[in-house]
Amino acid sequence: MIAIVDVCSGNLRSVEKAVAAAGGAATVTRDGDVVRKADKVIVPGQGAFGAFTRGLAERDLEAPLREAIARGTPYLGICLGLQVLFDESEEQGPQRGLGLVAGRVVRFRPADHALKVPHMGWNQVRRVAADPVGDAVADGAHLYFVHSYHVVPADPAVTVMTSEHGVVFAAAIRRDNVFAVQFHPEKSQRTGLALLEAFVRT
Amino acid sequence: MLTRRVIPCLDVMDGRVVKGTAFVQLRDAGDPVEQATAYDAQGADEICFLAISASPEGRSTIVDVVARTADRVFVPLTVGGGVRSVDDVERLLLAGADKVSINTAAIRDPLLVRRAAERFGNQAIVVAVDAKRRPADGGPPRWEVYSHGGRTPEGLDVLAWCARVAELGAGELLLTSMDQDGSKQGYDLALVRAVVDAVTVPVIASGGVGTLDHLADGLAVGGADAVLAASIFHYGHHTIGEAKAHLAARGLPVRP
Repeated sequence: MIAIVDVCSGNLRSVEKAVAAAGGAATVTRDGDVVRKADKVIVPGQGAFGAFTRGLAERDLEAPLREAIARGTPYLGICLGLQVLFDESEEQGPQRGLGLVAGRVVRFRPADHALKVPHMGWNQVRRVAADPVGDAVADGAHLYFVHSYHVVPADPAVTVMTSEHGVVFAAAIRRDNVFAVQFHPEKSQRTGLALLEAFVRT
Repeated sequence: MLTRRVIPCLDVMDGRVVKGTAFVQLRDAGDPVEQATAYDAQGADEICFLAISASPEGRSTIVDVVARTADRVFVPLTVGGGVRSVDDVERLLLAGADKVSINTAAIRDPLLVRRAAERFGNQAIVVAVDAKRRPADGGPPRWEVYSHGGRTPEGLDVLAWCARVAELGAGELLLTSMDQDGSKQGYDLALVRAVVDAVTVPVIASGGVGTLDHLADGLAVGGADAVLAASIFHYGHHTIGEAKAHLAARGLPVRP
């Protein structure tokens, strides 16, 4: 069973339906024991970084997540589920993240006024490393992004895909059993479903 | 490079699409879920539902429409019409909407925009602005904000209002020209350009599309991040695919 972790109220239904369409059996949960026992874990997230980390604490989900990741449970982070892995975010902060991947989360500050923030819409990704899940997405594919902050890994070797919005930023990262993306596979039509399918299968 | 978005809009009343029966290939042309699915298959970048109903009961049926659409359409959904409170926003997001658009309620209580954005994130909150041109008296063009579906003048300057709601936390603006809406004469390009230049958040141009060139103009001349249209797609004049091919031919970046 795949646990879709309900950290904050938001659009978890879309993730649940997309995983089902990708052939996965998933349950939305805020129960730490379910997270601990899950075969795979998906952490979606939208909204503010601080509200997200507070949600993790208030729902006693931080320890179960850390345990699941430490045990090698395949993890898929989406949007804030990517950002929260890092040391800290400058959003309303700095605010501390889980520190599982070294690096920071910073705001887009495009010099060109034509580039808007939030970075919202379909952007192309560049593949920079092979990955069992990431390989489902072709180089140059379009995926749906909506975010104002992006991750800056301290070790560039974790970066699997990049995209560009004024700066080239990490769009997908891998560290052992942890794979996480800035875009929304659940909103990226066939391309997104292919990625979810790869995660379900691996 | 970030592509420009093409967004078909469906007007939904009491759970049914209001305009016509253009989707002849569908079993149930009035079913918004079927139409949204067809737009998704054509390559729509997002889909917009506008609930138009006189009664709160009629509007609440949109929640069910959103839920059924989110079950099978995996592109972003924006939903607006009669959204009055943070609870209304939450209901739509939980049903599967990605963005909720607020119009009149934001004018009555601008801090609603901030409360909703703090709760759900800026990316989930769109403010819809209905703009009407004012006599310029020889000066630069000016536009006034209208509420209640474009019936009530609010005495607010459009550029100042757009800047204010963006400051309060709107992650995107849905800008409709009341002068052009329904005219099929194209967007009010001066309006689109003025708003795009006044804010740092994305702007969706709406109101007046009659040809594929109008879509291209909204992006290339107006500078909009996305273009929204209803009847040009709804009546089967053009598919989303044709629109995107046209935009690409005009040199605009689109998702194939």
